[in-house]
Parts: sequence; structure tokens; C-alpha cells
Amino acid sequence: MVSRHLHLAVALDGAGWHPAAWREDDARPDELLTPGYWTDLVAEAEAGLLDLVTIEDSLALQTSHWGRDDERTDEVRGRLDAVLVAARVAPLTSHVGLVPTVVTTHTEPFHVSKAIATLDFVGLGRAGLRVQVSTRAHEARLVGRRPVPVHGWADRDRDDVRALIRELFDEAADHVEVQRRLWDSWEDDAEIRDVATGRFVDVDKLHYVDFEGASFSVRGPSITPRPPQGQPLVVLLAHEALPYRLAARAGDVVLVTPHSDADVGRIVAEVRAAEAAVDRADPLVVLGEVLVVLGDDAAHAEARLARLEERAGRGLRTDAETFVGTAAGLADLLEARADAGLAGFRLRPATLPGDLRRITRDLVPELQRRGRFRTAYDDVGVPHRLRARFGLDRPANRYEVSR
Amino acid sequence: MSTRGPDRPNRPAKQVHLAAHFPGVNNTTVWSDPEAGSHIDFSSFVHLARTAERAKLDFFFLAEGLRLREQHGRIYDLDVVGRPDTFTVLAALAAVTDRIGLAGTISSTFNEPVEVARQLASLDHLSGGRAAWNVVTSWDAFTGENFRRGGYLAQEDRYERARTFLETALELFDSWKGDEVVADRETGRFLTHADVGAFAHHDRHFDIEGRFSVPRSPQGRPVIFQAGDSDEGREFAAARADAIFSRHSGLEDGRAFYADVKGRLARHGRTPDELKILPAATFVLGDTAAEAEERAREVRLAQVSGATAIRLLEQLWNRDLSAYDPDGPLPDIDPEPGENTVAQGRASVRMHKDPVATAREWRARAEAEGLSIRELMAEVGSRAAFVGTPQQVADEIDARVQADAADGYILVPHVTPGGLDQFADTVVPILQDKGVFRTEYAGTTLREHLGLPS
Repeated sequence: MVSRHLHLAVALDGAGWHPAAWREDDARPDELLTPGYWTDLVAEAEAGLLDLVTIEDSLALQTSHWGRDDERTDEVRGRLDAVLVAARVAPLTSHVGLVPTVVTTHTEPFHVSKAIATLDFVGLGRAGLRVQVSTRAHEARLVGRRPVPVHGWADRDRDDVRALIRELFDEAADHVEVQRRLWDSWEDDAEIRDVATGRFVDVDKLHYVDFEGASFSVRGPSITPRPPQGQPLVVLLAHEALPYRLAARAGDVVLVTPHSDADVGRIVAEVRAAEAAVDRADPLVVLGEVLVVLGDDAAHAEARLARLEERAGRGLRTDAETFVGTAAGLADLLEARADAGLAGFRLRPATLPGDLRRITRDLVPELQRRGRFRTAYDDVGVPHRLRARFGLDRPANRYEVSR
Repeated sequence: MSTRGPDRPNRPAKQVHLAAHFPGVNNTTVWSDPEAGSHIDFSSFVHLARTAERAKLDFFFLAEGLRLREQHGRIYDLDVVGRPDTFTVLAALAAVTDRIGLAGTISSTFNEPVEVARQLASLDHLSGGRAAWNVVTSWDAFTGENFRRGGYLAQEDRYERARTFLETALELFDSWKGDEVVADRETGRFLTHADVGAFAHHDRHFDIEGRFSVPRSPQGRPVIFQAGDSDEGREFAAARADAIFSRHSGLEDGRAFYADVKGRLARHGRTPDELKILPAATFVLGDTAAEAEERAREVRLAQVSGATAIRLLEQLWNRDLSAYDPDGPLPDIDPEPGENTVAQGRASVRMHKDPVATAREWRARAEAEGLSIRELMAEVGSRAAFVGTPQQVADEIDARVQADAADGYILVPHVTPGGLDQFADTVVPILQDKGVFRTEYAGTTLREHLGLPS
């Protein structure tokens, strides 16, 4: 029987997803760059038995504009490298998946591959990454390597912008392909330590990846052995055909943004069509995105949102469905959306740690009562902890198979 | 015991600085030792870092190599192969240690300043001010085959780009002064002003601008290490580095290097204390001097197997010498002149400035002393810097520091991960009793441990 359990991830970002979150009484706005803050958040997620946490990131400073810096002084600015935050909390947690955001547009696939492999060693099989494409001109100017035309969100249909977006998504697929090849570039038993012959490794079990792409070529092998999961979990957020296609080519998990049960059916069909178009064998795990503002009762949740909106001086703009209400109400929504075709959800807490605690302490017990969420982690002795949680095998090594 | 400096008897004893180098991807590391553990499991890094912290060492150090080394076009398999991502391991170690500095080598060639600066600033935040960066330049298109930038940099461009890279990173660190985040819930003011983190850097290497995303870290700037030994490298260090990772661990070569580099500081408006000189140093301990010598011989033989001796010889000869017997005499042919095509991904091949002259020197010595290839390679390779009883080693370290051969040493154990245990338990207490090494950390940041200006 197919498990009725939902997958639940939580998206961590600064003081939370609402721009005024940092002004809440339980917020810790002067600790956002401290290790203790992140350790506490991830430990809370683990106490709630969540599947994984994602950690948002960008090379650029946060901004309220899409394609340029802003001049605001009333919102959280400044953040830490997400991979390093994940590494910093890994030794202090045991089960929850650690999925930092990594921009493919401006990074070296070789560096990213070994960083995520290392995170997987440090976290004993719990690493993943959320792949993000950056088409923003102000972010490109920080790196200075590739020219990106200045454009806004509304210019996405301009010809040069469309071409750029397509190029960068293709590059992201190449980036992930290189990472995956590098993860496989060491066979699991490559290290032999054969004292008799003096050989530390069997070089026949190390592989050049020889990737040649439009914007980079990578020779390999990785300097880092194959990680515990073999292939760490690759997660992508996608809203339309092009990113669905990228997810189908490169991902294990896709995060989507339905706003209704009907949306779920339509989006999942689009994802499946994208999979068919790229001839993908295993289906993606499809998780829905929901931004949550929770309260003791509906009025309390509404009052919380009203207070946040008043302080922010602007309405909440988000790509994801927003839920305002009780944990029980949220459980109703998640059950309905799941039954419409989602495997689970990535929840974006409006405030941290407030809404995270309501997820772990109110929503999780509610879902457990309904038989829709695990009551314990069952990953003891599993080398590929995070993959296994999503029903994914520890994959065979592509180079071993072809020998 | 007195530890006054011999040259300046009225000077108070210098404090010794010590660090722990995770055993490297080279033949110093004896992976065949029955005690040798994993080079990739996180538990090995934890073991060494915690041992070093228990001994109150200044910092833990992790090297980097961005392509597996090759010889004759095949991956070199006689040494340890494989290593983790430097930043990721250091960030994880910050979770299981409290005070020890966390230093790593990061190439300035195959990275972008904004990326490295935000990783270092993040590491400094996540470790409470314990981050250090050993800035190296990569020299070869061989390593570049793994990267977007790829390509070869001419010698004269290499340091200029590295200098510019470091200058740019320092500008990024300094783009936040440290008092910009007020996070005042009542007034709703998070930042003091609207353009915090703004920077612009335009030159022929880097043409970048915008706002740096990481607010000022506890150390302001991470501790900067430099490892180059050339005149340009020394000048670069004198101008900008906080510490030099040198290879001059002996008394006389150490003193010469120390005097040369410290002598350059005044020209850059810096005092001698602002740059620490820390040679890498291997060590072998024994209960008696004779036992230590015997163990040192055993370690050398483990480090230089017959197969390893031939491969090392090939790196100088720049030829295939696989037909030679490691227990026989040296080849009577001369090295192949020109670019080294035998070994790739090694810094050491650049150290042989005149291979033919070196080969003649080695041949003469082997003949005079009756040494086989293997015996000679064991002799000319890096002998352990400190061999003796714990008391002898402690005395020698102290003596060399007081004689201005170094400000301290980066200890390189030859066994992972327990190779520092005995040193921590026996040598460090003697140095503490002498009053030249801390018994507790006085500060919380690496800059404080090293006595560097903040």
C-alpha cells in the first residue's frame, strides 16, 4: 500500500518569509548571522521529524526589487553562505535533510559538486542542494564574468531576455550533469589501500567525466570520493515549462506553486509531460509550496498577518499560495492538495522561529493524528538517508555500469 | 628553564605558536600504517581538530589540490588520494570545536573574489572569528581543465592576479564597517543607511560592483596566509599577509628566511609582529633519542617505498625510469630538459630550478655514500624536522623560535587521524611548563591567538 504520509520540508530564510518578520517578539534579528540561531532552527525542524530544511541564498544582498538593489533600511539585509550554514549545523543534527540553495549561473560545478559531496560526508547521507538559476543583472555584476542585460520581471518576454533565460537554464542542466558525473567519478570501492603493491586507489575505478558544454568543460575526476548517498538530492523550484523541463532533466524533487486543487492536477500533468519529453525514467517527487501564517485560531492568525503587513507597509507578494489560519486548517488544506496529486510540501514560515514552531508543534501532531505524517525517523543504518526518505535508491554508479 | 633569545638576552621569551595540519595528499602521509584511518570521513577531521584544541594549538589547517595528481598521464596512486571541500569541512568543524582557528587553502585562480569573500566571511561568522585563508595561486592549465576559467597564467601575471584578487576580497570584507545592523524592532530600522555593503572594483582582472551580502564578520578580515617562496611571493606576504606558511623548518634556513621576510615589512609600514612565520614541520617522537631516530628511519622507509622512490626520481629526471631498480644505483643519463611532462598537479616539480645540476649532485652523493635510489630519495626528501624525546623536541622548538628561525610551527603528523595525539600529550605540556605556550586560550578569535592586530 502506498504510504499516506506527506513529505514536509521547511524553507529557512533570515527571520522568515514576511519582510516584517524580524520585528516579531520572538524573532532574533540581531542573531541572524550567528551559528546558534541556525542550529536552533534546524534542531526544531528535526524535533518535528521534518524531511528536510532548505536554506535560501543568493550572491546578492536581499532586495525588494527583482533585478536591482533597493534602498530600504527597514528589512533584513545580509546573509551567510547557505552551504556553509548547512555544514555548520550538520554535526549537531542526525536525521533532517540539509538542502542549501546554490546558484548555478555564477559558480563552478567542480567546486559545488565537492562541497555538496562533503556536506553529505559530514551529514552522513543527508545532503542535497536546491539549484537556482540567476538571470538578474545586479547579481551578474558582482561576479563580472558574463554580461547580463539589465531587465525587470516584466521584461521576461523580450527577445534578448528570453534567449538569456533559455541559455542559463540550459547551463544549469549542464551544471547539475557535471556535478552528478563528478559524484560518480569515484567508484565506491576505488580506495583499496593495497599495502602489497603500495597502491592507495585502483585508478581503473576513478573516472574522467570529460564534460564539454557551451559555457564550461570539466575533465574530472572529482577530488572528493563518492558521497554516502551516491547522488545527493537535487531539488528545484519551478513555476513554468522551462524550469519544469530543467527539473525533469536534472532533479530528484521539484517544488511547485499551485493555488488550488485544480492547479495541482494541471501542474503535475505539466511536470509529467516534461519528464516524458526528456525521456526520464523515474518520476520527480512533486512538492507544493505554501507560505504559512499560523495562529491559535483563525482570528489570531489573521491578526498576526495584519500586524506584519502594517509594519511592513506593504502587502505580502509571493509566488506561493499563502495560508493564514490554524494548524488544523492547514492540515485540511495539505491533505486536499496531496490527494489532488502532491507527495508533500515545502512550507515557508512567515516568521522564524514563530511559524516554524507552529509547524513542528501544532501541524505535525495534527497530521500524525490523521495518520498523514511519520511518528519517528526510521533511517538508522541507512547510508542514503535523505534519498531513502523520498523512496529513492542509492543509485548505481554510471561508470561502474558501463564497464 | 631559561628561554631567553640568544641574540637579544634582554628580550622576553617569545611565545610559540603551533598549528595542526591535516595529513596531506603526498608521501609524507603514511596510509599503510596500521593505525591509519579514513582521510575523508568527518570523524577523522574531528579527531585531529579536537586533539589540537585540547592541546590549545592556534589553528587547524587543511590544504587543497583541485585536480588529482598524475604521472605519465595516469592518476598517481601511491599516495593518499581524495580530499574534501575545504570550506565545508572547516564550517562543520566549527560546530565541534570552540576556540581553535580554522585555516584552509583556497586558490585565487579558480574562484571569483565575491564568492570566496562571502564564504570566508560566512566561515568567520559561523566560527565566531576563527577563519583563516591561505591564498595560493594555481599555475597550470592541467588543473584549469576542471574549471570555467581554466587556462594558464604566465608567471608574471600570476602574482598580479593573486594580489588583485586578495585586494578585491579585502575591499569586500571592508565594505561593511560593522555597525550597520541595528535591528531596532520598535522603530523598524534594520540598517543604519541605505547603501551598506556597496563596492566597486574595476581593473583588468576584476570588473565588479554592487553590494556585498555578508555583514562584517567577527575578525573583520579573516587571517591571511601566504605560502609562496619566490621573491614575488615574499613581497606579497610582506605587503599583505598576516602569516606565512613556510617550508623552512630548519634552524639556519629558517633564520635566513625569517630575517629576509621580516626585513621587508618596514617598507610596507608594518612592524615585525604583524607577520607570523610558521614553517610546516613533521616530527617523530620516542622514549629515548635512539628510539626516536629508529622510528624516524622506519617512517622514512614507509614514506619512500621502492615504487615511490622511482616516481619521485622521475619527477626530477622528467623521464620514465620504471625500468630502474630502486635498490640499485641512480641513472647515469641526465634529466630530460624543458617543461616537466612527467608529473602534473604537483607544486614540488617547480622547486627543481636546475634539474641537471641537482641530478649530478644526487648522483655524486649516492656514489660517495653508497646509496641506492630508494636510500637516496629517503635522504634528500623531507626528513622530519623534529626527532627526539618529547623533552628534546620541546627544547628544539623553543630554541628555534627564540633564535628567530620561526614564530612557531605548523605540525604535520604522518598518520591520520591520531598522529598528533602523542605530541599533544607529551610535548605541549613541556612547552607550557617552559612558559612559552599557552595553557588556556586567552582570546576567542584566531587573530587573538596569533597576537595579530585586529
